[in-house]
Amino acid sequence: MKLLNLFVIALRSLNKNKIRSLLTMLGIIIGVASVIAMLAIGQGSRDSIENQISGLGSNVIMVFPGATFRGGVATAAGSAQSLEMDDLEAIRANCPSVKYISPVARSGGQIIAGSYNWNSSIRGVYNEYFDIRNIEVESGSRFSEMDEKRASKVCIIGQTVAENLFDEYTDPVGQRIRINKIPFTVIGLLKEKGQGGMGEDQDDIIYAPFSTVQRRMRGARQNIQQIYISAVSEEKIEPASEEIDDLLRTRKNISKYEDPPFNIRTQTEIVEMFTSTSNTMMVLLAGIASISLIVGGIGIMNIMLVSVTERTREIGLRMAVGARGKDILRQFLLEAVLLSLLGGLIGAAFGILSSKLFVVIMGWPVTVSSFSVIMAFSFAFVVGVFFGWYPASKAARLIPMDALRYE
Amino acid sequence: MKEQDQERKKIISVKNLSKIYDMGAVKVHALRDIGMDIHEGEFTAIMGHSGSGKSTLLNIFGCLDVPTEGKYYLDGADVSHLNKNQLARMRNRKIGFVFQTYNLLPRTSALENVELPLLYNPEIRRKERKEKAMNTLELVGLTDWSEHFPNQLSGGQQQRVAIARALVNDPVIMLADEPTGNLDTRTSFEVMEIFQELNRKGITIALVTHEADISKFATRNILFRDGRIIKEIMVERVKNAREELNKLPPEDEDI
Ligand SMILES: Nc1ncnc2c1ncn2[C@@H]1O[C@H](COP(=O)(O)OP(=O)(O)OP(=O)(O)O)[C@@H](O)[C@H]1O
Ligand SMILES: [Mg+2]
Repeated sequence: MKLLNLFVIALRSLNKNKIRSLLTMLGIIIGVASVIAMLAIGQGSRDSIENQISGLGSNVIMVFPGATFRGGVATAAGSAQSLEMDDLEAIRANCPSVKYISPVARSGGQIIAGSYNWNSSIRGVYNEYFDIRNIEVESGSRFSEMDEKRASKVCIIGQTVAENLFDEYTDPVGQRIRINKIPFTVIGLLKEKGQGGMGEDQDDIIYAPFSTVQRRMRGARQNIQQIYISAVSEEKIEPASEEIDDLLRTRKNISKYEDPPFNIRTQTEIVEMFTSTSNTMMVLLAGIASISLIVGGIGIMNIMLVSVTERTREIGLRMAVGARGKDILRQFLLEAVLLSLLGGLIGAAFGILSSKLFVVIMGWPVTVSSFSVIMAFSFAFVVGVFFGWYPASKAARLIPMDALRYE
Repeated sequence: MKEQDQERKKIISVKNLSKIYDMGAVKVHALRDIGMDIHEGEFTAIMGHSGSGKSTLLNIFGCLDVPTEGKYYLDGADVSHLNKNQLARMRNRKIGFVFQTYNLLPRTSALENVELPLLYNPEIRRKERKEKAMNTLELVGLTDWSEHFPNQLSGGQQQRVAIARALVNDPVIMLADEPTGNLDTRTSFEVMEIFQELNRKGITIALVTHEADISKFATRNILFRDGRIIKEIMVERVKNAREELNKLPPEDEDI
């Protein structure tokens, strides 16, 4: 029989049982919709993480003391006293692939300006830090060498901090604020950066000279929490990382084969690490969603089996007037595939729609890729063929006389 | 008569045909050593008690079943040992089968029911299919009912749709297994009138019945018992269904 005729027959038989067809498709609809939505959410968060990592700066290398990275989380970073100022100076002096270097000291607390107050995090950094991380100052100036040497009580604030401490008529630059009761002068205002990949506010930050934070706020401890370095170029990231590793091992008398009490992470590695975790996430999400597709497929099989039984006499008659087993097989298989494809189509629409809803309602980063739509769709097709095959071949194997006599 | 028969083309010819249903513990001999011919243009009625093997024979004639032993030639070709697909093709091109229970597809129009056999013949295009189906419906007098569903038709009309369906592929023989079994006398005669008309046009027909008065509309009667042909008669005075219908009391007086 011609495909077109089969198509018409299959469509008609689905049309005769509209409600049943719809209910049968429901499993596939939900399956495809959830595969697409899950992948969209996965892809979205992955994209935003990638964005954020590339927003780390240009050719960034980070050095952490002590504890090692585990599954993307630094465990109690900075607990070991393994990075000192001398190390930093040695890197600057001996690693030719290193362009900029800056330690980071983290603190936080209450900030008061006049009658306003705000809580924010404070980072002590060298002036070079802004070059490493491509942070731009909108008005005012960056730190001078003297600021660092003298541990001057000056700071550069982010837009959110400015908005919460000053009214719109006041220029924050030149104002005096108190951070944890210590008086500071605002010397610069950062350019707005907006939301980060995880939805955090990148403008809710205060920078002060490293020495200021280290000595005045962290109690003059010698260890460095983190070192930010930028390599001279993208190709030099790996060489720089090796130079640093060699140097620090020599300085600390640690052989190639031992675990060092420091940790070097390059931007590339971090990207890879996050992508691999988000890949695992996505596989997991897609796996869960595929289960509903398979359940949907079982639903199709179930209904097709019922349909074959119900229509045994029809099958017998078709055979009596000349249908071959092959024709019957195709008819029922096409019906199952149409069910799953139609379900796939509706599911894809729902999936895309709900992904858009996630963006609007939850503010989640969501990326619907055409790949995921095509994949979900072809998966639905495969499910249709797979689960439609058994009922269809059962129909095709019927003996005409027995089928005609079936009550 | 006999000489004339031999000149005519043999549509069906069976030799030493037997059918045994193996039910494990028992073997049912439905047909035992049957030999018979059906010539072109004949109208044969197969008679016999229930269980005598009439349907079994007709099903073999209709390529719906295969004999256990013996030879079956349909339109000159040996079809005793065809495989499933070849049998399907035979049914599609050579056979028109009418069932006691009509077997129309539900929720499918009369016209589409008639079209059905042609759907399984890829040589026939859509336009030709519609035309043929419509013409065949006209032959059975149902032109105005072409768009009706089976459940909107009377039993007699449904059987006429089924006859049209059996005719639409221009079969070499029309086989009917108790086509009037579910119908009252008047409707039975109406259906037989159609068969007679078709036979007059040259269509070969074989039907199974156990009503004696139905068998008298045929030109030839074959009597079955226990899977054997026990008697064959040429009907001397073939009844005319049209005339018999006129003899029936008018319809409104039936009540
Ligand atoms: N599929 C089958 N399996 C087993 N036995 C069968 C089968 N079909 C028919 N028979 C047996 O074969 C014999 C002939 O059956 P058949 O249906 O040909 O009789 P029939 O003459 O058509 O009877 P009726 O007038 O009641 O229709 C019966 O004994 C029946 O039980
Ligand atoms: Mg019978």
